[in-house]
Amino acid sequence: MSKIMQRLVAGTALTAASATMALAEGVKLEVTHWWTSGGEAAAVSKFAEAWNATGNTWVDGAIAGSGGTARPIIISRILGGDPMAATQLNHGRQAQELIEAGLLLDLTDVAEAGGWKDIVNPTSLLDACTLEGRIYCVPVNIHSAQWIWLSHDAYEKAGLTVPTNWHEFVASSGDLEAAGTLPLAMGQQGWQQNIAFGAITLAVAGLDAWTEVNVNKNADVARGPEYTAAFEAAAASRALAAKSNVQDWNQATNMVITGQAGAQIMGDWAQGEFAVAGAVEGEDYSCLPGLGLNAVLDTGGDAFYFPVNEDPEITAAQKELAALLISPEVQVSFNLAKGSLPVRGDIDMSAANGCMQKGLAILADGGVLPSGDISFSQDTTLQIEDLMAQFWSSDMSAADAQAAYAKLIEDAD
Amino acid sequence: MTVASDSSHRRAKPPNRLFKNWMAKIASLPMILTALFVFVGGTAWTITYSFTGSRMLPKIKWVGFDQYERLWETDRWIISIKNLAVYGGCSLILTLVLGFTLAACLDRKIRFESAFRTIFLYPFALSFVVTGLVWQWILNPDFGLQSVVRGWGWESFTFNPLNDPETVMFGLLIAGLWQGTGLIMCIMLAGLRGIDEDIWKAARVDGIGTVKTYVMVIIPMMRPVFITALVLIASGIIKLYDLVVAQTGGGPGLSSEVPAKYVIEYMFRAQNLGQGFAASTMMLCSVVIILIPWAYLEFGGRKRG
Repeated sequence: MSKIMQRLVAGTALTAASATMALAEGVKLEVTHWWTSGGEAAAVSKFAEAWNATGNTWVDGAIAGSGGTARPIIISRILGGDPMAATQLNHGRQAQELIEAGLLLDLTDVAEAGGWKDIVNPTSLLDACTLEGRIYCVPVNIHSAQWIWLSHDAYEKAGLTVPTNWHEFVASSGDLEAAGTLPLAMGQQGWQQNIAFGAITLAVAGLDAWTEVNVNKNADVARGPEYTAAFEAAAASRALAAKSNVQDWNQATNMVITGQAGAQIMGDWAQGEFAVAGAVEGEDYSCLPGLGLNAVLDTGGDAFYFPVNEDPEITAAQKELAALLISPEVQVSFNLAKGSLPVRGDIDMSAANGCMQKGLAILADGGVLPSGDISFSQDTTLQIEDLMAQFWSSDMSAADAQAAYAKLIEDAD
Repeated sequence: MTVASDSSHRRAKPPNRLFKNWMAKIASLPMILTALFVFVGGTAWTITYSFTGSRMLPKIKWVGFDQYERLWETDRWIISIKNLAVYGGCSLILTLVLGFTLAACLDRKIRFESAFRTIFLYPFALSFVVTGLVWQWILNPDFGLQSVVRGWGWESFTFNPLNDPETVMFGLLIAGLWQGTGLIMCIMLAGLRGIDEDIWKAARVDGIGTVKTYVMVIIPMMRPVFITALVLIASGIIKLYDLVVAQTGGGPGLSSEVPAKYVIEYMFRAQNLGQGFAASTMMLCSVVIILIPWAYLEFGGRKRG
């Protein structure tokens, strides 16, 4: 047994030695992320360019598939003793146990030197990176999920005006369907269906009920009349999306871009797909934050974490990269490409298009909510997503779904 | 199991048998140790931790049978079990029937036998991920089989199993059969070639028809071959995962979820090791429930006879 261990240690040492030798010019940092769709890849290349411009090397470790596929790979690499230099995760509770186990680098000194406390807006983002007063991640963007994307093409073909809120959309959907267009595009995956449900709830049940359930985990409100209305609205939307047989979110977005579908409820990352396709906001498509009813957005998003490394040179480079990711120029170029909102309020985003300006205005007014990644553990999130997958793809009644949902909220942690 | 039967043999025979073939025994020592530490040790560890509230990292925090109670209250798990039962039952029967029929046809000394054998075995060379993707495309209503047949003029033709929760498991079954039948056919063919020509001559002299000879004489003689095939098919069914991930991703909704996928997703995506371990322990239990009576009949019976 011990011989095997010695061999393993020797092997690891060899790998480490060869890795150090490669550090002759600049530092190579392997960065893992799951940004692989067209718009996302364009955005991550902005980070890579900025890092390479400092004389170091960005080794891209893109993992295809959504976060659900990539996160287990990333976490098992960190746990298995083969950590990358930096990795994307959603800020919130995904990395909590890794921090508690001492596997992630403490960035408090970088944060203090950069004055992150003063520049990060909203401050809840930095709180999501903080555990017991220490900061462990760099938030890089804000993503909100409560958006509906509407295809002008589809509405013009049907001779209809483009809706300006959720109620108008529902009212016009019958005519749209009669014109042979699918009203609502929906990827048949639990997380997308959960996003749609969350946005519909916020619009139909209202902000107070949403906050009681999603932040305070109040199961009584989840059983209450506001949520009954929300589940009925979701059941009605299910009928509008019944003929949608795509799986991935960007395929569903593509149906809106090409006018095969009237609308999609999806987070603001869909913006990047419209940009790559050359579609123009206001002419080819419109976007309605909070489904055009409640001007609030949740503030989920992506953050970079830096696994602890024994090599001081890499540790120094990790801290350098952390400071770079939040620097003003990089924030602007990255977020413009990705269609997400920047994490600092002190930079000039006038180059942003109409959708992002709407989002920025909501942020400036303080219409922010915590995201599901912040309030719920991954375990609860997956259980809710499973329920949504079951609800949206079967004829499960709204009442049954509500009862099951309230039970999950009761047990949530 | 090997270890246990070895030691019972040792006790029965004179002690010098222990050192007989000692080179071979030393050579198999690594495998024995691997079996003990990795398989038995890993299984015991998993079962132990399934009684804890471990989340992302394994922690000893006893919660009794909570994980199991939650598991059996979860719709997704129940759906997964039912799906596996449907897939498993159909797959077992159809693979055996199709595999044997194909093998019997090839055994009738047809022309181009080796060409057919290669064609039927070819899908087995592909990984489940490739198989899953290929069949996802073939069964896609917009550019797969359905649109091709409609293009020929049969406008009302509808074949869209993957997007209907009622039929999605059969869509998976088609892909599974396409991949797995070839191997079973080859095993059966080898078994058929092992049957003595004289049996056939005797049957002909007695005036027994070909089909009846197969059913009444040849199949009973091929019992060991069938058992090999059965073990291969059954293990393939229990670990069904990659085909589902590649072909349907468990969708639409939860209608093609399988137990192995539940285990992986709760362990790593939900960061809830305890729940994943409980589910994998239940999978082990179901295998053991099937395996022990079978092993008892198979090996216990031989000892008596």
